[in-house]
Amino acid sequence: MKHIINCLVENQPGVLARIVGLISGRGYNIETLNVGPTEDPTVSKMTIVVPGDSHVIEQVTHQLSKQIDVIEVVNMTNRRHLDRELILVRVATESHNARAEIVDLAALFRGHVVSVQEDSVTIQMVGNQETVADFLCLMKPYSIVDISRTGVIAVGREAPGASAAKG
Amino acid sequence: MKNKTDTDMSSAEKQPLRSGAQCVVDGLIKAGCEVLFGYPGGAVLDIFNCLYEAPFNFVLSRHEQGAVHMADGYARATGKPGCCLVTSGPGATNTVTGLATAYMDGVPLVCITGQVALDMIGNDAFQEADVIGITRPVTKHNFLVRSADDLPGIIAKAFYIATTGKPGPVVIDIPKNVQKQMTAALTPETVTMRSYRPDVPINEAEIAQFAELINNASRPLLYVGGGAISGNAAEALAQLAHKANIPVTTTLMALGVFPETDPLSLHMLGMHGSVAANYAVDHCDLLIAAGARFDDRVTGKISAFANKATIVHIDIDRSSISKSVRSDLGVHGYVKPVLEAVLPLVKPAEHTEWLEKVNRWKERFPFTYPKNDDALMPQFVIEQIDAVSEGKAVVVTDVGQNQMWAAQFFRYTRPRNFITSGGLGTMGFGLPAAIGAQFGRRGAPVVCVTGDGGVQMNFQELVVAVEHQIPVVVVILNNGFLGMVRQWQELFYDRRYSGVVLSQKGRAPNEQVAETSGYLPDFIKMAEAHGACARRVFKEEEVGPALREALASGKTWVIECIVAPEANVFPMIPPGAHVAEIINRTV
Ligand SMILES: Cc1ncc(C[n+]2csc(CCOP(=O)(O)OP(=O)(O)O)c2C)c(N)n1
Repeated sequence: MKHIINCLVENQPGVLARIVGLISGRGYNIETLNVGPTEDPTVSKMTIVVPGDSHVIEQVTHQLSKQIDVIEVVNMTNRRHLDRELILVRVATESHNARAEIVDLAALFRGHVVSVQEDSVTIQMVGNQETVADFLCLMKPYSIVDISRTGVIAVGREAPGASAAKG
Repeated sequence: MKNKTDTDMSSAEKQPLRSGAQCVVDGLIKAGCEVLFGYPGGAVLDIFNCLYEAPFNFVLSRHEQGAVHMADGYARATGKPGCCLVTSGPGATNTVTGLATAYMDGVPLVCITGQVALDMIGNDAFQEADVIGITRPVTKHNFLVRSADDLPGIIAKAFYIATTGKPGPVVIDIPKNVQKQMTAALTPETVTMRSYRPDVPINEAEIAQFAELINNASRPLLYVGGGAISGNAAEALAQLAHKANIPVTTTLMALGVFPETDPLSLHMLGMHGSVAANYAVDHCDLLIAAGARFDDRVTGKISAFANKATIVHIDIDRSSISKSVRSDLGVHGYVKPVLEAVLPLVKPAEHTEWLEKVNRWKERFPFTYPKNDDALMPQFVIEQIDAVSEGKAVVVTDVGQNQMWAAQFFRYTRPRNFITSGGLGTMGFGLPAAIGAQFGRRGAPVVCVTGDGGVQMNFQELVVAVEHQIPVVVVILNNGFLGMVRQWQELFYDRRYSGVVLSQKGRAPNEQVAETSGYLPDFIKMAEAHGACARRVFKEEEVGPALREALASGKTWVIECIVAPEANVFPMIPPGAHVAEIINRTV
């Protein structure tokens, strides 16, 4: 199972390398990783998607919390949250039919066409993990030429006080 | 100098400007540094310039690895943070093994490395190395200092991080221009960090649950690790063990935290631990792991480890709880306050049946070794160190068979009297660590137990002991082999001795060398060339007198003991095996 882990870290050089090194050094996988500033300029937020069973995730969470520059670690998967990922996917359009079908499918997923070429069309689509996966599944038969994904970001839906502090 | 610094720091208003280099020295003074181990170079010239007048000792090692091990030995022997200072590039890379050694065993160190000027970083400048990148996985934390204004705060933070929570080494990488830069920044009086809060409040519910488990257990066992030593928990531990009559086994790292002369002591557990301790783990119904981390050298086959027991794990490192062995109750906190909190809730108990059982194992399977009329047994040498020092020696070991014999055949009764590289198992640790330990414990008899292989890895540091009149007694157990590896080849690889023969005879076909007239190097000549006293002994009756003379001399000594070449460390639970597979050929 995949877990979405949100990590508030000191906004300092080297922190990203430390987090990535920690996770890879202990043999865990990172599926996606997203880093951005927060409203507090001294704090950055990382959203890390790690596949693994609950034991692995517990270890990852504790190891992350142990890092000196990490302020807070929250496993979003365990709580009410919203998650989104933006993808840009370029799909081959061998026939006019294909193009029309792709555009229709994209519309069903509230994606839209951001660029049209002679032999391909590029769709921008935003969704949670399942929606993105479903959409990509439907695009597969058309042969995906290129894809870029932002990685998952997530926010909690509970009152801020409910988030687990580092301990 | 010292007075001047003190007043500087108290009169905040008209704080004169200080250089970054001066901030380093002032920060070390403020942190209580008594002795700084290190090695100079171009990137730390400014700091060395300020050191000239420092009120603490500077000790020049002969290799940066030696400096870190000395600081490490000092820290383990005293409980205070060790301090070292090296130059950029090769100086810094030479510290990596020392840092990793300290990191694995949770030893508080602050290691300052010089770095090329900030605007040169990343340019492959002369003696540049990415020290932050290289040391990240082997330190608790590291800092690259970008401005002298940050330096006083970073030094204070480094000591705070190194000494609190699970202790560990911290590197401060200081570019040359930052050392020269002037700043008005003050050394802070206290440190608080929003991202690092090492103090864990006692969780009453966990404590109540813990107490209930103890009160309901019929075969409880305390399995105590290095965290009980770094957390100064010896007294709390003894109180709990005695109140509820719980037998105690310790890891290699925790030898001495519970007196091994106490009837409740089962000595060390694990691969080369006592039979009684390992049987007790296998039979207990409650295993209380206190500041221990279920290392694979302790557990053997994980799925079979303590599989009849409910497991309680007390640890200040939350990530260590249930890392390798699932515990039924994790108690996150320092060992001492946790044990103190549970003590009043624990009912006195006798556990007569359990203790009888355990004692029968102890009597039946003591640590013992076969007598040999032709050769001096290494185990005998260790027993003599115990006897001659009346159990008072601070024993610092290297790694290999010598380390295990030192653990098995000396009865440790005090914490911080057995110092060893447990987690990383670093050959070459013993000699410099013994010197560092003696710097911290001036009056104590310090004996380094080492092998003929490991002692050669940092022999050069012997000079430091002689120069500073550090009366360590280095006992080399010379078996002519890289003994521990040879033992594994004997037991698991059909005696095909490959790459382990240190003498010229008996080497594998592809390792043949010219036979000289004897064993090389001549450790006696080598010791004397370094200015130490030295003696070679062959017989049992020579050991005691040599030790007595050396310990009474107040001088640096090397005693080379020519021991049985193929003596083995038993008992031994083969790696990844269950206690049922224990090998115990001791007669
Ligand atoms: C730096 C380092 N290199 C290699 C090893 C692997 N190793 C573990 S024990 C050992 C043999 C040690 O031989 P010696 O120092 O003669 O001690 P003995 O085992 O004979 O007491 C070796 C090579 C190690 N632990 N550390």
